[in-house]
Amino acid sequence: MGDKRELLILGGGLVGMTLALAAARRGMASHVVDRADPAELLAEGFDGRASAISTASWNLFTNIGLADALEQHGCPIESIAVTDGMKPGRLDFTPAKGDSTLGRMFANRQLRLALHEAAAAEPLIALHSRANVTERHRDEHGVHAVLADGTRLNAALMIAAEGRQSPTRDDAGLVVAKWDYRHRAIIAGLTHAKPHNGVAWEIFYPAGPFALLPLRDDDQGRHRSALVWTVSEEDAAGVLTLSERAFLAEVERRMHGVLGAIAADGPRSSYPLGFHHTARITGQRLALIGDAAHGIHPIAGQGLNLGLRDVGALVEVLVDGMRLGLDPGDAQLLARYERWRGLDSFSVALATDGLTRLFGIPGRLPSAIRRLGMGAIQRTPPLKRWFMDEARGVTGKLPELLQG
Amino acid sequence: MGDATTANAILANATIRPDEAAHFGRLAAEWWDPKGSSAMLHRLNPVRLRFIREAIDRHWHIDDHHLKPLAGKSALDVGCGAGLLCEPLARLGGDVTGIDAAPENAQAAAAHAEGAGLDIRYIAGEVGAQDIGTFDLVTSMEVIEHVADKADFVAALRARLAPGGLMILSTPNRTAMSRLLMIQAAETFGAIPRGTHHWDDFITPDELADLLADAGLTMGTPQGIGFSPLKGLHLSGDLSLNYIVTVTAAG
Repeated sequence: MGDKRELLILGGGLVGMTLALAAARRGMASHVVDRADPAELLAEGFDGRASAISTASWNLFTNIGLADALEQHGCPIESIAVTDGMKPGRLDFTPAKGDSTLGRMFANRQLRLALHEAAAAEPLIALHSRANVTERHRDEHGVHAVLADGTRLNAALMIAAEGRQSPTRDDAGLVVAKWDYRHRAIIAGLTHAKPHNGVAWEIFYPAGPFALLPLRDDDQGRHRSALVWTVSEEDAAGVLTLSERAFLAEVERRMHGVLGAIAADGPRSSYPLGFHHTARITGQRLALIGDAAHGIHPIAGQGLNLGLRDVGALVEVLVDGMRLGLDPGDAQLLARYERWRGLDSFSVALATDGLTRLFGIPGRLPSAIRRLGMGAIQRTPPLKRWFMDEARGVTGKLPELLQG
Repeated sequence: MGDATTANAILANATIRPDEAAHFGRLAAEWWDPKGSSAMLHRLNPVRLRFIREAIDRHWHIDDHHLKPLAGKSALDVGCGAGLLCEPLARLGGDVTGIDAAPENAQAAAAHAEGAGLDIRYIAGEVGAQDIGTFDLVTSMEVIEHVADKADFVAALRARLAPGGLMILSTPNRTAMSRLLMIQAAETFGAIPRGTHHWDDFITPDELADLLADAGLTMGTPQGIGFSPLKGLHLSGDLSLNYIVTVTAAG
């Protein structure tokens, strides 16, 4: 049988690697298969991609021993400012003094570095990089994958963590419900003259949200933010090929000078926006996690957090089962994971989808309604608290690993 | 079926002939299909395993995070069926023997354990007739209600229990509720195969405690296995349907 491990994790991105590490900390061995070359993934320079890590996700990183390595790279979000195209009626989410922050912003590269470093030191993780899976097999007794070089990897449970285009999910015939927003998110890093004071801006324009997410100052002390700018599909190609000067002018026009003069930091990239959700997130000896199971609009920065909640829930279910002597691929355990995560992620997906549609309708009347709505939320503390708890990721039944 | 029908045959995985292996493999697959005719047993399994795990931790003072609490210990499951309990006990680190009166079950269990890569010894026959020494843990789930001479059966279990060992039994209670739910409803709607249970043979916790006392054994506080639409099967204080108990040598 060779080296049969508990988990065969296909996809070594942020969610897959976090799963491998969290599982290892609880005594579960894994194979992690990833196509990418770690040398490129971890290369110097900012690729523009950044993630909001909710308080709950931060608890997870703390509980698996990553907090010390990550702490210095995170930028706490002190408040979230939501405006309708910078018109009056701005909605501020600022936690009361003594409350935890609304989350922390990280450059994805820093998260990858910390995860890879910790995984390399963890004997229970076998990372197979630059590897392509040519064959996947699941049966009553176990699972295996065959790599392009002929290596066969055996395990009790297969995890699809390859992101939204998950070939393992498609191979298993799990149906995906999706709609395309016909929009793309333009991702770029910016440096700016004024400090951001920890404010995350979500500025809603009819074409889609324009978000500025605060990052730590760089080594030369320049203030930095990550830009997530939603444009329609037909405009995306144009925006991507704009000269740097023209691009910055377009961005500045939408920022109303809130952060002063800006400059580009690193390359521009984009990805298509869509909403997708699978009807089932498990199969025989198979579990989907992260974007392979559900992808949501990045508007509220919840995508990675949802994936990390999958990790927490799955590890808890598996450890609980192994304490009882159950096989990690046991159908009863997967059914529990399905009940736990299937619904929760769907409700978050629906909520963010609704938010996007609400702000995506052009015209003066909808805009007035939106501003009225924001004013109403602003004046109603329980509603504001609920929104802030959602951003922190602490509503719903939290996996133990995500509790402080 | 050849020698497989010989009672008391010790089944090492290697003794199964290929044609028989295929037959018992199919049988095992049926037993082990979580949606098949044993679906109820599969749902019951985590519930009783939770009780067993807590009993093991308490009895041997083991940390509840430990993944191999039975390491270095031997275990015997009497009436093992296709190994639904033996396999978890083996994964918990135990050196496990399973015994079943039906040779088909023992064969199916051996076939499944081989597929799962678990080293478990299976024996076809009656527990009283075996000279197999004693075990730290002796379990017998949903068996005593099927046995003709219950006192005899309890004495045989007692003989297999090592000094300082732990025994765990579960069985349906003989109540109006169990007659209604386990015989009339569950067998009618197919949740449990028809003819599985004879209500008159069921035994109440008090009767079981007396029976055990006669054999020099002390019964712990029984816990009920209840069913609710919200929680499914779960451990509860309600003993009216089915209960599970720890048993130790009196003294």
